Amino acid sequence: MAFHTLIVDDSSAVRAFVRVSLEDADFARVQEAETGFEALQLLASHSFDVVIVDVNMPDINGLELLAFMKKSPRQQGTCKILISTAVDGLDAQRGAELGADALLEKPFEVEELRELIRSLLDPVAEVSG
Amino acid sequence: MSDPRDNVQQEFLAEAQELVEALSRDLLLLDEAHQRGERVDSALVNEIFRSVHTLKGIAGMFGYKHVGTIAHALEDLLDDLRLGRTIVGDPLLDVLFDSVERFQRLLALEDPQAPEEKSGVDAYVAAVRSIGAQPATEDGDPLEQYAIGSAVLSVLTEYEEHRLRACIREGMKLYRLRATFDLAAIDDSIETLRDVIHDDAEIITYLPSLEGGNDESIELVVLLASHVPEAELKAYFEGRYGTIEVIEERAPLPTNPPNPTLIPPDTRSELPPSDDDWGQASLRSLANSVRVDIRKLDDLMNVVGELALVRGAVSRVVESFAADPKHRQSLQELDRVGRGFERQLSELRMRILDVRMVPLGQVFSKFARIVRQAAREHDKQVRLVVTGANTEMDKLIVEELADPLMHLVRNAIDHGIEPVDARMRLAKPAEGTLALNAYHKGSNVVIEVEDDGCGMNAHKLRETAVARGLLTAEAGHDLTRQDMLNLVFLPGFSTNTSVTDMSGRGVGMDVVKTNILRMGGVVSIASEHGIGTKITVTLPITLAIIRALIVTVGSRPFALPIAAVREAVPYSPKDVRSIQGRKVVTMRGETLPICDLARLFGLQPRGRQAGRFVIVCAMGTRELGFVVDELVGQEDVITKSLGKTLSSVRGFAGAADLGDQRLALVLDAPALFTEYFEGAGAQLGAETHA
Repeated sequence: MAFHTLIVDDSSAVRAFVRVSLEDADFARVQEAETGFEALQLLASHSFDVVIVDVNMPDINGLELLAFMKKSPRQQGTCKILISTAVDGLDAQRGAELGADALLEKPFEVEELRELIRSLLDPVAEVSG
Repeated sequence: MSDPRDNVQQEFLAEAQELVEALSRDLLLLDEAHQRGERVDSALVNEIFRSVHTLKGIAGMFGYKHVGTIAHALEDLLDDLRLGRTIVGDPLLDVLFDSVERFQRLLALEDPQAPEEKSGVDAYVAAVRSIGAQPATEDGDPLEQYAIGSAVLSVLTEYEEHRLRACIREGMKLYRLRATFDLAAIDDSIETLRDVIHDDAEIITYLPSLEGGNDESIELVVLLASHVPEAELKAYFEGRYGTIEVIEERAPLPTNPPNPTLIPPDTRSELPPSDDDWGQASLRSLANSVRVDIRKLDDLMNVVGELALVRGAVSRVVESFAADPKHRQSLQELDRVGRGFERQLSELRMRILDVRMVPLGQVFSKFARIVRQAAREHDKQVRLVVTGANTEMDKLIVEELADPLMHLVRNAIDHGIEPVDARMRLAKPAEGTLALNAYHKGSNVVIEVEDDGCGMNAHKLRETAVARGLLTAEAGHDLTRQDMLNLVFLPGFSTNTSVTDMSGRGVGMDVVKTNILRMGGVVSIASEHGIGTKITVTLPITLAIIRALIVTVGSRPFALPIAAVREAVPYSPKDVRSIQGRKVVTMRGETLPICDLARLFGLQPRGRQAGRFVIVCAMGTRELGFVVDELVGQEDVITKSLGKTLSSVRGFAGAADLGDQRLALVLDAPALFTEYFEGAGAQLGAETHA
């Protein structure tokens, strides 16, 4: 079954890239959020298998969303991937402390992302049967 | 179906373009503030950083290596700037302004990895790197003096933390505003909050909390820094938005223990089942806009044209029943419905047109950069004053306008505005003014490029034209002052013998005029010697609909864009003379070459020669009369492309539906002029090809 994935990034090109990368061959179903506020709306009403968040966004940043998901009952089993770039090194480190399951540095390749999600979700699939 | 990756590529290019345009606009604001000696707006610097940062991220993912390299170098520089490690100055502004053009050029490349670009990119990166960061002044961490809480500090990005420190150093007080927002309308509420806070405070960040929130609402802790006294803020926010409290200074640092009510992370299977009503929940997007390829709008407009044809066909069927009295009542009803349909159709047409409209500010913002650069190169002081940047017109025209306007702006700085010392001698202000004004006038947009420079010497223009053989001395003698000014539009005319970097690029005012004409516009010139020059460009708001004169030739309809038409006069075959193999008539003492369209298109002209018309068209300073059979009238028509197979046929700009199931070919006046005068320039007297 396709994974439910949420991509939160203020860049529409990155969102489109992630969507096309993951929706290929029905690997995942992808929803998009352009802002932290939009992500909050979705996180309040949906459970996701994977949430991919850009660290550096205006208003609500990726770290704040990670902290929110950590506390949100709905997102307890969710795999959290934080996207960053080399310049956000410090921010990425904080993300790891806030419970990000993986850090993904931009630019990344299609296969890199799919492989990362596979490796993160397989053990989960075994646990939950 | 198209490869989704192509669409993603388009998405990338569109976003990259938007980012570069935003960068360009923001740099102008930064430059203006710097020139006025104002303090750097941190939000603006952050915006600039974000544009470059995002551009770098996406360029890497889409294989735009050079764009990525430049963005990367700038990102470091801008990061230093926003974190206070470097300052705004001319060297910094120069490399930033330079980047805009580089990005635009690199994004337009066929091969985004082109190896021949590498040396230029490397040199640019070296220039960026040479603007080194200065070590930040270390005076202890002011954050440690505040009871912000580690839970909050742990979710701040490095930049937000830096802003907090900067605000504290500027003597602002820190506040925590707790407010609950309705999730469905959170975007509007935040917008309102931002408006309210506006200049009174800086919003550092919004922290979502779970306390006080549920599926419908959420509590946010808004971290603010402000100079406004606590009591004032309290009076405003309390009760209206929630509670506001000042974050006290010099309090012991409390450590928030992790929330003990957390659900352990391995209880996934016990959670409510994941939603299968995926599409049903409210997924209202916060960004209420979509990007659309303008060709899709053209397609829509074509459908509107088809609908108009269907409507016409229905009317004719209805008419065929009109003779029968027993249908009278039904026909009246049908007529009423038909008129309603037409109203809706024209409404639809207007709305599609509206979608194509973009503000002219998009192109004006490019000029500010040019003005800045040009003025510096020429040691002139130029102030750019823009009015009407919000005036909207068709996206395609705005794109096409960039080059002609650029030329006019460069001309104004290069030839118009005098150097500072010359202006001082003339008792003019040292700083010259270049005004770009745009406004709507009927269904046209008027754009003025006005400078308070040296103006044009009309008589000198005439001398130059005669000296260059563009005009005989006798012909020059009869010219009015306005005619003399218009000489600058002649091909091959240039008053300045020295070729400069700025405008001496082999394209003159004649090219500007031709380009404007091609868009169905007109350009005029007003100039006072010693006072200044104003070039006025008038263009239709859209090219999708043009005002055309409908004529018939050999009983077929043709449309002539009204912008090119000067007048229509009755044709009298007996006045036609032949000069060097070309037919001419004499009009008000002037010789007018004529072209019989029936002959040109190989059509059989209407039998009777009398009663035909000559449509006098003007392009630049040339006039040509087209002989047609009948004048039908003026109409707003939608020009459709002739398609690939017919695109090589010269002389036609496209086809237009006339609404009665007849299709008119739209004549391409500039192409017909070229066709007619090509190779014959020398014989036509005054004008020669340069």
